[in-house]
Amino acid sequence: MASVRDETFNEISRMLDSYRKSAAPITTETDITRDLNLDSLAVMDLMMELEEKFDISIPLNLVPEIQTVGDLTATIQKIREDA
Amino acid sequence: MSLFDRFKPLIRSHASVKSCGADPFGIRMDRVLSPTEAMIGGRRTILAGTNNYLGLTFDADSIDAAHAALAAFGTGTTGSRIANGSYAGHTDLERGLAEFYGYDHAMVFTTGYQANLGIISTLAGPQDYLIIDADCHASIYDACRLGSATVIRFKHNDARDLDKRLQRLAGTDGNKIIIVEGIYSMLGDQAPLAEIAAVKRKHGAYLVVDEAHSMGVLGATGRGLVEEADVQSDVDFVVGTFSKSLGAIGGFCVSSHPDFDVLRVACRPYMFTASLPPSIVASVLAALKVMRARPELRTKLWTNVDTLYDGLARNGFELGVQKGPVVAVHLPSPEQAIEMWHALLEAGIYVNLALPPATPNNSALLRCSVCAAHSREQLETITETLTEIAFNTGLLETPAKVAFG
Repeated sequence: MASVRDETFNEISRMLDSYRKSAAPITTETDITRDLNLDSLAVMDLMMELEEKFDISIPLNLVPEIQTVGDLTATIQKIREDA
Repeated sequence: MSLFDRFKPLIRSHASVKSCGADPFGIRMDRVLSPTEAMIGGRRTILAGTNNYLGLTFDADSIDAAHAALAAFGTGTTGSRIANGSYAGHTDLERGLAEFYGYDHAMVFTTGYQANLGIISTLAGPQDYLIIDADCHASIYDACRLGSATVIRFKHNDARDLDKRLQRLAGTDGNKIIIVEGIYSMLGDQAPLAEIAAVKRKHGAYLVVDEAHSMGVLGATGRGLVEEADVQSDVDFVVGTFSKSLGAIGGFCVSSHPDFDVLRVACRPYMFTASLPPSIVASVLAALKVMRARPELRTKLWTNVDTLYDGLARNGFELGVQKGPVVAVHLPSPEQAIEMWHALLEAGIYVNLALPPATPNNSALLRCSVCAAHSREQLETITETLTEIAFNTGLLETPAKVAFG
């Protein structure tokens, strides 16, 4: 059975799929600005989409710390657990 | 990596913008002829890219007051209010602002940017939450970064989203401080302030309203959106600037919080910068009096807004959804916006080119600002010229007949 974290990761990967620069699948190591077609503004829009999807608020202060899809998953998971 | 390497993408994109033949971010006005005209590149140019909403930059009373203060108090204060003392004008201006806004206290800052930076970063402590509209000005975002609070964005002008986000914070200890603007500077739309005030009351939050672009523009006496929406009792802090409707420079905050004045010894962007020079302070005080004594300036501004907004809308332009002195013309691409901006400048009309990331939703905009001092002829020239250029560049498909009702 998939863990909650796996489910979160799967949801995020599905949302990021259209931003892939190459055929390589999205992993926890995927770098959000380097490996995906997302500039800093698009990242802000993505955060709003994720907030909507998971019914959470992602504090702006945390965004600079998020580099990889793994970081993003961990951040969202932590916010969901704390809620 | 060398020091400036990380700016390479910015250098490339700026070069591409400049390749239209002029630098939209480096315009030089050789002479300013009036609130609505300047000499740019040897050409007499209509100014529709300012924030000079009431046209007070050449107001005779303000200029006389500035001259008198210059002669009496000298060119500058050479230091900060805290370390080097206040001049009489600083405290007179603070009393004048508090009285005008109907709050107990006022604090004057050297710029509007610093007013936001100082108030927002100092009000919210490490345990507190700043909940800001996503389209807030860069000074508000920078204030959030300077401070230590947790920062949460809500969807632009969406009181329900704000409510949802405050609901998620229910039960947490810190203070919740909501930040919105009266008029948003790029698209010219207004905050749904009555709805936001209701959400604020529901959650026991604080509310800060930045009236930078709405002072002198909205409200029966020009206090801004707080006055227009009749929600002053819900607004804990109003921030504003002297660099738009009052035609000078400087920022302020008014509030009735009993301990407000402690900010003078806690707020670093107030404490550690030189205070406004006496001539500016005198000009602002005079402009404030003129704004209060001449409500007809606001009436004229809104008549002018109707002329420009309705004229452009009739000709088929896609504009910002809410009518106001900031008229944003949406264009399909940055390239088209740059081309049209340059063609307008060549035709003797200066507007603002606004490109991502400075714009909401990645939009490319020609930001036109309306001034009470614009003549109907000037506004018709702007509309006709913009329409002709849009037709020539293929933005508008049919040569619309320009008609003024």
